[in-house]
Amino acid sequence: MSAIPEGTRETMRSIRAAAIGAVTMSLALAASACGGGSSSGGGSNDSPKTLTYWASNQGASIAVDKKVLQPELDKFEKQTGIKVKVEVVPWSDLLNRILTATTSGQGPDVLNIGNTWSASLQATGALLPWDAKNFAKIGGKDRFVDSALGSTGAEGKDPAAVPLYSMAYALYYNKEIFADAGISKPPATWDELVADGKKIKAKGKSPLGAEGSSLAENIHHVFVFAKQHGADFFTADGKPDFTNDGVVTAVKQYVDLMAKDKVIPTGNAEYAQNQSVSDFAKGKQAMLLWQSAASNLKSQGMSDSSYGIAPVPVQSGTPGTGTQVNSMVAGINLAVFKNTDNLDGATKFVKFMTGDAEQKVLNTAYSSIPPVKAAQTDSTFNSPSNAVLKDTLAKSAAALPQVADESQFETAVGTAVKDLFADAAAGRAVTTDSVKAKLEKAQQQMPAK
Amino acid sequence: MSEVHRSKSPMAPPSSFLWSRRVFLTLLTGFVLVPVYVMISSSLKPLADVTGEFRWLPSSLTIRPYIDIWSTIPLARYFANSLIVAGSATVCSVVIAVFAAYAVSRYNFRGKRVFTVTVLSTQMFPGILFLLPLFLIYVNIGDATGIALFGSRGGLILTYLTFSLPFSIWMLIGYFDSVPRDLDEAALVDGCGPLGALFRIVVPAAIPGIVAVAVYAFMTAWGEVLFASVMTNDTTRTLAVGLQGYSTLNNVYWNQIMAASLVVSVPVVAGFLLLQRYLVAGLTAGAVK
Amino acid sequence: MTTTSLKEPLRGSSSGAAAREPRRRRTGRIRRIGLPYLLLLPALLLELLVHLVPMVIGIVMSFKELTQFYIRDWGTAPWSGLGNYKVSVDFDAPVGQALLHSFYVTVGFTLLSVGLCWLIGTAAAVYMQDTFRGRGLLRALFLVPYALPVYTAVITWVFMFQHDNGLVNHVLHDQLHLTGKPSFWLIGDNSFYALLTVSVWKGWPFAFLIVMAGLQNIPRELYEAAALDGAGMWQQIRRITLPSLRPVNQVLVLVLFLWTFNDFNTPFVLFGKAAPEAADLISVHIYQASFVTWNFGTGSAMSVLLLLFLLVVTGVYLVLTSRGRRSADV
Repeated sequence: MSAIPEGTRETMRSIRAAAIGAVTMSLALAASACGGGSSSGGGSNDSPKTLTYWASNQGASIAVDKKVLQPELDKFEKQTGIKVKVEVVPWSDLLNRILTATTSGQGPDVLNIGNTWSASLQATGALLPWDAKNFAKIGGKDRFVDSALGSTGAEGKDPAAVPLYSMAYALYYNKEIFADAGISKPPATWDELVADGKKIKAKGKSPLGAEGSSLAENIHHVFVFAKQHGADFFTADGKPDFTNDGVVTAVKQYVDLMAKDKVIPTGNAEYAQNQSVSDFAKGKQAMLLWQSAASNLKSQGMSDSSYGIAPVPVQSGTPGTGTQVNSMVAGINLAVFKNTDNLDGATKFVKFMTGDAEQKVLNTAYSSIPPVKAAQTDSTFNSPSNAVLKDTLAKSAAALPQVADESQFETAVGTAVKDLFADAAAGRAVTTDSVKAKLEKAQQQMPAK
Repeated sequence: MSEVHRSKSPMAPPSSFLWSRRVFLTLLTGFVLVPVYVMISSSLKPLADVTGEFRWLPSSLTIRPYIDIWSTIPLARYFANSLIVAGSATVCSVVIAVFAAYAVSRYNFRGKRVFTVTVLSTQMFPGILFLLPLFLIYVNIGDATGIALFGSRGGLILTYLTFSLPFSIWMLIGYFDSVPRDLDEAALVDGCGPLGALFRIVVPAAIPGIVAVAVYAFMTAWGEVLFASVMTNDTTRTLAVGLQGYSTLNNVYWNQIMAASLVVSVPVVAGFLLLQRYLVAGLTAGAVK
Repeated sequence: MTTTSLKEPLRGSSSGAAAREPRRRRTGRIRRIGLPYLLLLPALLLELLVHLVPMVIGIVMSFKELTQFYIRDWGTAPWSGLGNYKVSVDFDAPVGQALLHSFYVTVGFTLLSVGLCWLIGTAAAVYMQDTFRGRGLLRALFLVPYALPVYTAVITWVFMFQHDNGLVNHVLHDQLHLTGKPSFWLIGDNSFYALLTVSVWKGWPFAFLIVMAGLQNIPRELYEAAALDGAGMWQQIRRITLPSLRPVNQVLVLVLFLWTFNDFNTPFVLFGKAAPEAADLISVHIYQASFVTWNFGTGSAMSVLLLLFLLVVTGVYLVLTSRGRRSADV
């Protein structure tokens, strides 16, 4: 490369300049990306005529969701003149999309969130807080059932979302299997359940199902067991405490249903896709602990006369508060993104969706219970199946810990229970020590406070 | 090892080869086909049967799943989106890769090593980690220039074509390297420019490699899930993500998942069948005389 | 014709923005010097935009304490220096221990998977070189696992690996009586083998495809000459086929290693968010440490560590294989 002519050097210089320019531009882009772009304070009313709404999948399929929602959105448009663009986001994507929306500031105006996500999302600061002023715009806080409000954000802070649909766990039991095994009424305590389980097994059916590999299901159940032992997973100031005696006993009791009492078949340790519901629907399994399973069972061909619904068992006595809790508060909340460019419209939409009329329509369509007190009086929600759920929600349901680390909690403890079920399935011993060790490990994975 | 007592040419494979080939290919075919059989038989069952006891032959058959798949999710739309995205990404990626590989294969220039190593290093970073930053960049470009890259097919095409570039470039360098340089020289002497040599000599000689790389680029775009899940909305969603829509809150429609997957894979496999002959396209044997 | 054709503007410089080719009359040699850069430019620009700049941002994120509290405006997240790295590398604490374990599992899994994919793919390609009846159909059939959507392919295997109703247990236990009682494949120790099977099933057609294309460039004369010299089939394969495939194999094995190491979809669909310990691949592990738990700083740090490891592996690999190549080159 000696004696390079002048012209060549110029070409190379210009090409090099182009390259440098490209790199600089990219770095500038990166620097601007540093801005995040979403810290621009509160919302605005720049586009008052449209709203973007991310709905979650609540119905049998996304198509069904759209069919349910569209007429309601049309009603809203007629009432207020605001057009709502709805997108039904599948659960597998929803959290990812919310995450990218939060990070970039580009997202919907209104969205559904799982109520257990409320505290975590609240911590990001992306959701509009519902203070007294905002609540006044939708008719006041008192309209909502207390237990549902308990799942809308950290204690002491304004809720980050408003309850939309509520659900609770119930014990579904197969009437025919019960009759065949000579059981006259559904078990009210865990001891009764184990005893009934033996009778059912003698008749060749499996007593109870569980989704052993589903982290969320595991959490929901051990949480209730812990409450029944008077224990909590977090201390009053929000620090994780998974190894206290009450929690260890609770987790062991749940896993023992498979390990010691043998009322849950070992095959269920790998269930994570609602296989236990299928087992129940097919009549292979006598009992099922599930949230609002009615529509699911119907789609699998089980008629609602063949099963009964009872409250989830307690340690002793009847369901209530404190140690008589028998379900977590399940449900969907409706939240507003702080960055919305149609703040008034979003608030109007929330008012519409939580209005008595809409609550009745939507919750009927989705087989859930309205978290709005006035709407609960409708006869649909007092049918035998819904009555148990409504009572549970009102009297004996408790909200999962509303801490910012809720999803870490779910992952860490849910995985611990999954591993314990795997041990039980493989025939390895599940002892208090082994349970405590796993919970210890889970606790150490929580971020340091 | 040649069978002398049979009048075979010395090129004929020995019977040990033929026999081992038969065994190997049969076992392999079985391995490949058994899951496909499970898919097909599941796609013809009513939902309750799919989760039931395993049976080699289904007890009842129904083609209802094949009808339902179009209404449960907008399958046709997702299919079209996937075709558009994957097709465009493939064409662009192959063209750009061919140019880049030609430069690396045929020229020595400063920064060649840096380029190839950098391009290769991109394969080492787990995708989940640059998901957020990439999304941020697209959003910023969108804010600055008004070109919507997130939520649009264009953004996805851009992303996928870049994803398949590193491997395509590396493979094409290898394939181009194995095309003898004498052929290039001959063409240049004949008066073609370097690009002429590229299109008239190197590309035709490397057709099998180019087709392989095109297949790879297409399949990368066709099957990518993570970035598609955050960068598309309902209108632009691709198949890979859309199929998960059969798994709803209450039910997993296994039979429909299988039916839909088979339906969308048929064109892809048909494409493979058609493209096969290019994979074994004519050689340059005898070109250098 | 020579000089005039070279003076035409270069066709195919697809990056319009960078076509700063001066229009003055130039000799061919000058164009030829600028040409490689021009040919590279589109690739380079795209790589910068989509791969490199996001990677840099990702690396920067690893030095920050990026949790759900700061994700909205990640520029203001506090710098945690090497804090995230220390947590990841502290092998006495559960986080570090889990990462190390996941790393070992991934290395073992990747070596086995790549090895098997390559073996099966190459064997199939070599066996199918010669024409025989049904070859075309078989070739298309073999590409089916690669053509199927990842989600479906893995879900089908989930079906087959089910403890109660799966085909695998039905065959192994009920029909062939090879195991005493039905095994668990999706949880417990066997999950590693389940993962390996799915990965190989999906991955070998790709090796098959690439090797098949590579085989086409081996001139037939070499085989003919060897046959005339008395070399048998197996000898020909060893002495001609495999060495000629070397450049293709070099890249193929490396990228298969990198991709399998980073593979996210397969373990995620097979096991969900929490993989059993025996099959805890590092990609899902990092996903759990970042997306699921809103702890992006730590997730980024783990990814950077992963990147460094793979860089080292690649470097060593290239040095070893290039040395061999250089000695084989004329």
